[in-house]
Amino acid sequence: SESVRSDGSFNESLRNTSHQLVITEICFKSKCYFRNEINVQKNDKGDCFHQPRVRGEDSFEEAPMYVAVLTYMNYGIVILFGYFRDFLRAVGLEKCHQAQEREEQKDFVPLYQDFENFYKRNLYTRVRDNWNRPICSLPGPVFDIMERVSDDYNWTFRLTGRTVENVINMGSYNYLGFAENNVDLLKTVAEETRQYGVGVCSTRQELGNLSIHEKLERLVAEFLGVESAMAFGMGFATNSMNIPALVGKGCLILSDELNHTSLILGARLSGATIRVFKHNNMQSLEKMLKEAICSGQPRTHRTWKKILIMVEGIYSMEGSLVRLPEILELKKKYKAYLYLDEAHSIGAVGPIGRGVTEHFGVDPNEVDVLMGTFTKSFGAAGGYIAGKKELVDYLRSHSHSAVYATAMSPPVVEQIIRAIKCIMGVDGTTEGQRRVRQLAENTRYLRSRLKKMGFIIYGNQDSPVVPLLLYLPGKVGAFSRAMLKRKIGVVVVGFPATPITEARARFCVSAAHTREMLDKVLQSLDELGDYIKVKFSRHRSSYRPELYDETDFELDS
Amino acid sequence: MAAGQQWVLVEMVQAFYEAPAYHLILEGILILWIIRLLFSKTYKLQERSDLTEKEKEELIEEWQPEPLVPLVSKDHPSLSYDVVTGPPSHRIIVNGKECINFASFNFLGLLDSERVKLKALSSLKKYGVGTCGPRGFYGTFDVHLELEERLAKFMRTEEAIIYSYGFATIASAIPAYSKRGDIVFVDEAACFSIQKGLQASRSFVKYFKHNDMEDLERLLKEQEIEDQKNPRKARVIRRFIVVEGLYINAADICPLPELVKLKYKYKVRIFLEESMSFGVLGEHGRGVTEHFGVNIDDIDLISANMENALASIGGFCCGRSFVIDHQRLSGQGYCFSASLPPMLASAAIEALNIMEEDPGIFRVLQDKCKHMHKALQGTPGLKTVGEPLTPALHLQLENSTGSRTNDLKLLRAIVDYSLDRQIALTLARYLDKEERFLPPPSIRVVVTVEQTQEEMEKAAQCIREAAVKILK
Repeated sequence: SESVRSDGSFNESLRNTSHQLVITEICFKSKCYFRNEINVQKNDKGDCFHQPRVRGEDSFEEAPMYVAVLTYMNYGIVILFGYFRDFLRAVGLEKCHQAQEREEQKDFVPLYQDFENFYKRNLYTRVRDNWNRPICSLPGPVFDIMERVSDDYNWTFRLTGRTVENVINMGSYNYLGFAENNVDLLKTVAEETRQYGVGVCSTRQELGNLSIHEKLERLVAEFLGVESAMAFGMGFATNSMNIPALVGKGCLILSDELNHTSLILGARLSGATIRVFKHNNMQSLEKMLKEAICSGQPRTHRTWKKILIMVEGIYSMEGSLVRLPEILELKKKYKAYLYLDEAHSIGAVGPIGRGVTEHFGVDPNEVDVLMGTFTKSFGAAGGYIAGKKELVDYLRSHSHSAVYATAMSPPVVEQIIRAIKCIMGVDGTTEGQRRVRQLAENTRYLRSRLKKMGFIIYGNQDSPVVPLLLYLPGKVGAFSRAMLKRKIGVVVVGFPATPITEARARFCVSAAHTREMLDKVLQSLDELGDYIKVKFSRHRSSYRPELYDETDFELDS
Repeated sequence: MAAGQQWVLVEMVQAFYEAPAYHLILEGILILWIIRLLFSKTYKLQERSDLTEKEKEELIEEWQPEPLVPLVSKDHPSLSYDVVTGPPSHRIIVNGKECINFASFNFLGLLDSERVKLKALSSLKKYGVGTCGPRGFYGTFDVHLELEERLAKFMRTEEAIIYSYGFATIASAIPAYSKRGDIVFVDEAACFSIQKGLQASRSFVKYFKHNDMEDLERLLKEQEIEDQKNPRKARVIRRFIVVEGLYINAADICPLPELVKLKYKYKVRIFLEESMSFGVLGEHGRGVTEHFGVNIDDIDLISANMENALASIGGFCCGRSFVIDHQRLSGQGYCFSASLPPMLASAAIEALNIMEEDPGIFRVLQDKCKHMHKALQGTPGLKTVGEPLTPALHLQLENSTGSRTNDLKLLRAIVDYSLDRQIALTLARYLDKEERFLPPPSIRVVVTVEQTQEEMEKAAQCIREAAVKILK
């Protein structure tokens, strides 16, 4: 009986897919309609925010000189204190809370070099309470944080058992609000859990290739408008385990300087030569491309086998958008290949949520490798690679992940299918599109209000990743703690995730944020910004020169 | 004195006037030469390509890159996957045929456990699916903390850390400790994720023969001699031995007591990968340390995935806080990846509950493993690779045809024959070009507690028939 049931559901899924195809067609036809609608809406409201433009500008306002000086001084003082306290620890005046090596292994070569830990011991520990805050609810627009205290100056934390309830969540990558626990919406996910359990216990190439994996892959390809796609269990690993399958020795990778660690790791594991170009700097990229082709590989001067340009759609720490049209021009001119990591941009930008390709009005088939994650906009886990059928077929047979890693968990797969269907409107509602529009609206609202308040905000006006520059390491901790006191959970990042002088807070806007929530956040920020003095903006132009004029490219208007 | 000097000067000027013209010209040229030498670069700092713009354009025009990926032929053996419809549990539907599963690493049968499913469902109801953030940025949930605590308690170690992907666990853990210049001694049969971890660490890797302690000691001795030559350098080079508890590629157990002896003798740390042995070996399923009765504190780091015996997703590392805590800032797969979906963590917790409540389950599994191992002995043309206690055996060809492709075809024929007779098997898959030491082609036979005696007999019988028919 089981076999009959399963066959039935399989057929049903097939039927569903053909059904989807029809609906997507309609959906694509109505693309223009959606776009128009956005414009109309804005005009109706007489909104004072920026009109939606296809090409947004990335801004990187420079901080006043005194801020940089103060930042260095700030670090100087903390480091001096660090040395002083290390001295006290060495002579036994201060208790050392750090975990110690076993007695039996004291004569081994030390596992860590002392200077490796200096930063962690003396700088990070001071502000450690601002990270890894445990939560005990859905990571939706509001969440509950478990209260924790430290009895030993942040060396260890103790949970008090109390929770800080209804904290506004400005930290999670819940762009489209699919981190939700509504029973009706999660009905299919619950069904899959009941039927499949949570694991798979095998790899895709062995016996872990479930029909729902294939269903997901067809849907992702359809969603992105490309021939084929393959899904993987972890976003990080999608990069680090597939790049080595695409390039190798004798190939060149041109990588943006702000690329994510997973891309860097993948590039390193591939064995290809890596060169780094300046962030979003087309002149730097073109110079490198030209140089690479003209002089070939180092020493031997053999020609490169292939050149792969690696960029991200939205840069997660800068909030900037890739200059996709320019890169595509360069890629065509120099016959390079393009690897586009849409971890943060898929679902989050573009009039109907198809990512940066749609945002720029570019045919997704022009990008050779489309990569993205399901962790963010889709509220699930994992990643995909999509593109031409040959590419995906090659990965099916050569991806490290397909051969050695356990396949994706069925309930997670169902969550992604549910989210994508919702965005595509295949579920018969316009909820997905409402969310995409809501996100765009929320993003512009938050960004423009923050700018007006005088904060230095990095990145593109359409990017839901909103970095607010704090600069001084002392303000990082103060900011995050004060915000939590006002029941707002924010993410703060400093060195080494950012340049040493550019510590920042990062907000991730969600479609699930209501106007009231955003207003509360803005009001708190306004007060706090004055109180801890982080409104550094003087509306000066960027120190990162805009190297290409807006008017260089005539695109989809 | 002053007058004398003046006189010399006058004489010099006079000599200048009196000197013949050719001499002056020669001197002049020499002086100019010296100046030129002083101001010109003695060597070219970098080779300048004196290509004109036009030449450059021509070069760019002429350059033809290789295609991004080579074309995969349609009949590539690893392109057409077997399709499983419905859950991959004890009874599995492969390519439309209902079979008994002898291929998934669902050793304890926890994949179909109602309890685990219910726990996952209640977690789903509370937390939704995704965590929408890495552990550092509000991706730490109470269930993650609980799971870490439970794993540490189960393994009787100070601390545990969870990763959201099994493969990334040891692959991130190794480079968190072992850096450029450090030395890692690795077994030749080490699995692919260890190999990737080593590659990412950029350390100096020395392979020893599979489970050959003499060979390992030879390498350690060599290193000792090397160290004596340069004691200052030796004081900062970290050394590690990386082994698997139960090798996935060789299906045998590492000689842990000997390894621990070598560890203290040569002052090398041991990292132990237990993905196949966690929840399998030992009286309480604690793995190879319990199997041998080795003090778990003698192992510096144990890593395992939660995708086999625990039938969830993800992996974990455990050991002393001194070691493990370092990964919270240095484990790349931990810091830079979204955390494990809470429902998967909850499922793992419930699976641990079941393992703790019913330790008899490990005995059952071990007995079944032994039974299967015995039943497969004497299959004509196939040799059973692996120890009696291992739940994932390999069947290799006794006589290779000499070509890997043909060997694989033969084995695949056996798998297909079995599939038609309700026995789901699979080939062990590898990336031929990427593996450091490519294992011979084999069929994987996985034992789980759900398989009955009769089913195992039937499977063994079926494989025997297939072997007789296909290998002749």
